[in-house]
Amino acid sequence: MLVTVKFFASYREIVGKPAIEVELEDGATVAALIANLVEQYPDFPDDPSSAAVNAEYIDTDLTLSPGDEVAFFPPFSGG
Amino acid sequence: MFKITKEVLSADEVTTEVSKGGNGGICTFVGIVRNNADGKKVLHLEYDAYPAMAEKKLAEIASEINAKWGLSDVAIVHRIGKLEIGEAAVVIAVGAPHRKEAFAACSYVIDRIKEFVPIWKKEFFEDGEVWVEESLGH
Repeated sequence: MLVTVKFFASYREIVGKPAIEVELEDGATVAALIANLVEQYPDFPDDPSSAAVNAEYIDTDLTLSPGDEVAFFPPFSGG
Repeated sequence: MFKITKEVLSADEVTTEVSKGGNGGICTFVGIVRNNADGKKVLHLEYDAYPAMAEKKLAEIASEINAKWGLSDVAIVHRIGKLEIGEAAVVIAVGAPHRKEAFAACSYVIDRIKEFVPIWKKEFFEDGEVWVEESLGH
């Protein structure tokens, strides 16, 4: 299955682009996606500060569905 | 009004959003770009955000305000992109029947933005640049 992954701030700079598509096995979790990203981008953290799927905060044991939009966030610094 | 925008912010416009007849007090907070970070000269800032999610989270903060203080007049606008020293990065306005709740709720909003809303700032110095990643500080 294919998912879209978005990166922000320092994570975007590590990956070098704001979004990519990743092919995963059906039933893959967010944790599996993180492992995939670390393999592709060795500087990508194996414990991102937080993550969202379809714009809602989630835990990394969540199982992904085809077409999900996953986002990884460094610690926030708005305001 | 819960908005992430690249446009210059107007505190008046955000304040007007919560100016309703039953409100005896409006507390407006304007966060502006400081010329230093821990004493080091800052040239300008750049803000990044996940706009669709950030706007949703700003609306959720307003729901929290409603649950805690029973207030429903909250407007929050955060700017992204490149900001110069002295420019407004965020404007929060809370209207309430009495001032005490307006001050408390406005303070609550800015604290929650820093810990709960996907927005980031990068500081540009004379000798480099750095993403600020200390969400619970300051």
